Amino acid sequence: MTTINDRLPIPPTNAAKSNLVCHFCIVGCGYHVYKWPANKEGGRAPDQNALGLDFREQQAPLLMTLTSAMHNVITDRDGKRYNIMVLPDKQCVVNKGLSSTRGGKLATVMYNPDGLTKERLKHPRLFMGDEWLDTSWDYALAIYAGLTKKILDEAGPDQIMFNCFDHGGAGGGFENTWGTGKLMFSAIQTQMVRIHNRPAYNSEVHSSRDMGVSELNNAYEDAELADVLFTIGNNPFETQTNYFLAHWAPNLDGTTIDKKKEWFGEETDGVAGRIVIVDPRRTPTVSISEYIAGPDNVLHLDIQPGTDNALMNGLLTYVADQGWHDQEFITASTSGFDDMLAANRLSLEETSAITGVPVEKLQKAAEWMFKPRENGYRPRTMFAYEKGVIWGNNNYSTIGSIVNLALATHNIGRRGTGCSRMGGHQEGYARPPYPGPRPAPYIDQEIIKGNGQMLTVWGCNAFQTTLNAEQYREEVHRRANIVKEAMAQALGATPEEMVDVIYRAVTEDGGLFITVIDLYATMFAEAAHLLLPAAHPGEMNLTSMNGERRIRLSEKFMDPPGSAKPDCLIAADIANAIKALYETEGNEEMAARFSGFDWKTEEDAFEDGFRRAGVAEIDSQGGPTGDLVTYDRLRDMGNDGVQLPVVEYTDGKLIGTEMLYTDGKFSTDDGLAHFLPTPWGGYGKIVEEQKDKHRFWINNGRTNHMWQTAYHDRFIPFANDRFPLTPLELNPDDAAELGIESGDVVEVYNNRGATFALAYVEPAIKPGQAFMMFGHHRGIAGDLVTEWVDENIVPYYKGAWADIRKVGVISEYKETVTFKSRRYV
Amino acid sequence: MHKQTVSRRGFLKLGGATAATVGLVAVTPQMAAAQEEVAAPNVALPYPDVDLTDLATAVTSEAPQYFSYPDDSSPCIMLKLGKPAPGGVGPDQDIVAYSVMCTHQGCPLNYDAQTGTLKCPCHYSIFDAELGGKMVIGSATVPVPQVELEYDEATGAVRATGLTGLLYGRVSNVL
Repeated sequence: MTTINDRLPIPPTNAAKSNLVCHFCIVGCGYHVYKWPANKEGGRAPDQNALGLDFREQQAPLLMTLTSAMHNVITDRDGKRYNIMVLPDKQCVVNKGLSSTRGGKLATVMYNPDGLTKERLKHPRLFMGDEWLDTSWDYALAIYAGLTKKILDEAGPDQIMFNCFDHGGAGGGFENTWGTGKLMFSAIQTQMVRIHNRPAYNSEVHSSRDMGVSELNNAYEDAELADVLFTIGNNPFETQTNYFLAHWAPNLDGTTIDKKKEWFGEETDGVAGRIVIVDPRRTPTVSISEYIAGPDNVLHLDIQPGTDNALMNGLLTYVADQGWHDQEFITASTSGFDDMLAANRLSLEETSAITGVPVEKLQKAAEWMFKPRENGYRPRTMFAYEKGVIWGNNNYSTIGSIVNLALATHNIGRRGTGCSRMGGHQEGYARPPYPGPRPAPYIDQEIIKGNGQMLTVWGCNAFQTTLNAEQYREEVHRRANIVKEAMAQALGATPEEMVDVIYRAVTEDGGLFITVIDLYATMFAEAAHLLLPAAHPGEMNLTSMNGERRIRLSEKFMDPPGSAKPDCLIAADIANAIKALYETEGNEEMAARFSGFDWKTEEDAFEDGFRRAGVAEIDSQGGPTGDLVTYDRLRDMGNDGVQLPVVEYTDGKLIGTEMLYTDGKFSTDDGLAHFLPTPWGGYGKIVEEQKDKHRFWINNGRTNHMWQTAYHDRFIPFANDRFPLTPLELNPDDAAELGIESGDVVEVYNNRGATFALAYVEPAIKPGQAFMMFGHHRGIAGDLVTEWVDENIVPYYKGAWADIRKVGVISEYKETVTFKSRRYV
Repeated sequence: MHKQTVSRRGFLKLGGATAATVGLVAVTPQMAAAQEEVAAPNVALPYPDVDLTDLATAVTSEAPQYFSYPDDSSPCIMLKLGKPAPGGVGPDQDIVAYSVMCTHQGCPLNYDAQTGTLKCPCHYSIFDAELGGKMVIGSATVPVPQVELEYDEATGAVRATGLTGLLYGRVSNVL
């Protein structure tokens, strides 16, 4: 044992206190940061410490949350050392004092030169020959700006490609999406951009938006008020943990019965909420829901993979035939119901044959969720869906079929209902309109085909997260190496000369110049030529919104490492450097395109983007009333913030919108929600081929221990030692037949790629299926996923089939990793 | 209740306090008074040595034993796992002990003998009692503190001598 960790310093009463919203999952739990000099501490008496707790005694359960993971010692740029403690905010309406295993490590992930995060990028780095060398921002920008300008002038913007984050939370937020968006779309004017988790610039919920239903249309409080929670392709206990624990669980265990009666009188079931879970896998959420609500109040519709679309159509047909749809609402607020129903018709028998769910179970689900009660009241059913369908079989049609059912039963726009995606990370989108078409170019395929001369990978890492990942990585490396070799031979080149060398390599030899802008040297950085160090929340002021559109200001409380800076200011530096080059050659028109980046702080970017959405052409999740929101006003609103769109600022408070569409007016030109024909269409051809060839369905998704690509977690033993290789849950009978035990290293392989995983024998997994963690840095599930996409270039990440064989045993893993079931019951 | 004694190590750290032979409850205030240094996470605290031989004799896989350590306000559990485990003592190296306060928010953990796990009924975290209290799934950020046990082969005596990791509800394992 190298660290004893049985004693923490006590924040003194004069410790600086600021707000920090967890920058990991979409829920955005509120936290407080305490910061004080490293050589000071408070006392144990309640009046001697900032927490007001009596540390002379044992604290009672549920009174506090404080672990060694919530403390760190940081060093600011002035060289002073401070203790920081990041603790969940007991008053925050989002998490009500809860911390998750991710947010509970917010202090741990802050930069500490002697700590777990010491690998953070501190200064720009250039790959020179065979080694990475730190360089100055001026030098790095001279190469980046010079090459961008040269390609833009000679080949046009289509050769300048980006893999760019499009989110809130870590690295994202309204400031940074605006900064990057303005650079890509207004200044460079490239359409060749893919988003962090998918190979094109598109929406994960095109159909919902096309139907006039914004995908985040209710409040977390609605989960406390619903009669039935209907969750589809979603595992919230692990992936939106405190939304589930603070808002779903109190409904399932009956805590909110009185609240429901108070709100709705007779128009509620007046009992503990029930839950219907659509998922091929018995997830930890299924297990815990049964424990909380009792098995009789949980319906697990364990469908065949990729058949959600058929399930929704079948339920809808049954509901309509029973007359359980809300005709009054349909007539007043929607269009296209009859056409949709005619196109989607599927009997329960057909539905059962496709989905594998017995007819009686389908009927029961429909009765729970949609059958009007004896007094004529229509139950409040809250729809929540996420990656199981977003990355499922035919995103556009499947999500459309979910929204069809929610609309037909008027489960949008009533409190206690809603039809929302759950979300992955927080959001925070404010960008000029995307300059490309729909469907947008399939950027990964363009790169594979040899197109693009320059690729900037910004706050994301497709090597670990894209589909058809093995071929993608191979091509990127091959093309990057052409540039690396050219640069290695350019001895003593000035930045200007180096630009010429790179330019020749990318135009004449098929090379690709790669810049990674990130917190760390990621796996993608292995292919890169230039690294620029970025900052994350806590090191900058940042606004994001969570899954109920709640915007908060995460306040800066420490400096970024070295000369790292916020993404929005990196974007501004790039734009200003290019602008200067055009000014030098007297090209005023191009200089003007790169102007408007004279920002000194991230707040300047917020003012320029989010706040001007009402007066400039800006696609912003804050909408046209963004101008009502200021940093000062958000600071006053604390960790509760305000739910967008803001309606007014009055009596020193921002007033927001808890639920959308309560007036029955939707986000379409005619104000009507538009039903969408979404007939069941089976699987794509190449998916079907893979399915026929290989024995196991390789379902893939997240676990609660590891966040995204494990960019922090790979350095944190609590997470990384839990899953040192990507875990693969396997049915015991299948495992026995293949001679596999828990802790064995296995190869998972198919007609697209092969990767390794750590076997985890789990009785809850069905025969012929396996569950593999997605996004892990060691064992990439995307290697197995075909290049198939839907009509909007949205992948079917969950649609991989493969074979599995035992490779061997790493005894350390077998001895140190726990292989106990992750299901509570 | 089994007899508790303060170790020589703990005694010395107390700077000659007269608490050497009294029970832990009485020890606590003096220890708190002595605790004025700024936190030093890599220096172990002065833990008491507590004789747990009676419990170690009584513990079986069907009958876990409950005790307190390092003082009366910190409930712990002793388990006999039936197979060697990290930190395990006794002839079969299978006797282990843990805090039963969940490191997340302090709820009392339940031992599930069937799976060899400690389960939190509040927020559903699961910890592996056969593997150092590592979290299987849940909201915690650190494992459940394991009680460091020492075993004297000659006499069969088992003593608690320390803890790995910070107990819930404290800034220091020793109050």
